[in-house]
Amino acid sequence: MPHDHHDHSHEGLSPSGHPYRADNDTDLSYWQVMEIALRELLIKKGHLTAAQIHAQINAMDSRSPANGARVVARAWVDPEFKAALLDNAGEASRAMGFDIGPMHLIALENTDKVHNVVVCTLCSCYPRNLLGLPPDWYKSRAYRSRTVIEPRKVLSEFGLIIPEQMQVRVHDSTADMRYIVVPAQPEDSFGLSEGELAAWVTRDSMIGVSLPLAPQ
Amino acid sequence: MKVRVKSHWPPGHIRTPAYLRGKIGQIERRIGLFNNPEGTAYRQPGPQRELVRVRFRMAEIWGARAERGEDEIEVEIYSHWLEPV
Repeated sequence: MPHDHHDHSHEGLSPSGHPYRADNDTDLSYWQVMEIALRELLIKKGHLTAAQIHAQINAMDSRSPANGARVVARAWVDPEFKAALLDNAGEASRAMGFDIGPMHLIALENTDKVHNVVVCTLCSCYPRNLLGLPPDWYKSRAYRSRTVIEPRKVLSEFGLIIPEQMQVRVHDSTADMRYIVVPAQPEDSFGLSEGELAAWVTRDSMIGVSLPLAPQ
Repeated sequence: MKVRVKSHWPPGHIRTPAYLRGKIGQIERRIGLFNNPEGTAYRQPGPQRELVRVRFRMAEIWGARAERGEDEIEVEIYSHWLEPV
């Protein structure tokens, strides 16, 4: 019971011992005002409706790494699909039924010789249209700068040690392409169905900072 | 094909990473024509540019400081930033 036996004051804390989050009563920033003005103009001039904007926000929020996991799992069980994915990952994902908009996607295959890892040093480019929003650490200055300088050290901090004889290949997502790593299928998972395999494919394994994991 | 990233330092919305300017790499694949962000960021129309993926060795970028010189970085560079070696 983490909240028993405090010897400090509970003043300002919720009944469960957590600090209350401050209300967002501060003034709007310049860009927040700009966003509201633009949105209201688009609605007033009849280009969009509030419902359409909300539906798009909802669609983006509902995208998750599970979509990418299904793509990877199919590549593991279907060699023809895997070839199509490595040739044009965007088209292959669309053919599976995922609405990824105009995104240009490249799939990077991990082998016993090459380990791929994705970063965006300039900002936070990420295949959001397939995997949803990126993790916070992906956008941090530390991950963005260190991954191109010392990828092995960064990966070791995620618990992933790449053997010295293997090649590490860092992909800096600087322009119009987005990237998904296709991790190698773990031997322990051979023989499982496509649906079962999808549970092994973690978000981080598709960024390249970890390997697929047996579902807990 | 070997190419060098131009060692130019213009102001503006540049998507050629600074750590690669002046460095030599190998063309990995040509991707096609895309709008040039250096213009579109300021709503300036202009010709599309070919986007090229270039593969660099860590030793070329970081020299003796590289963790492992044979490791690689692949980056998309707009063709007007590349010159033949």
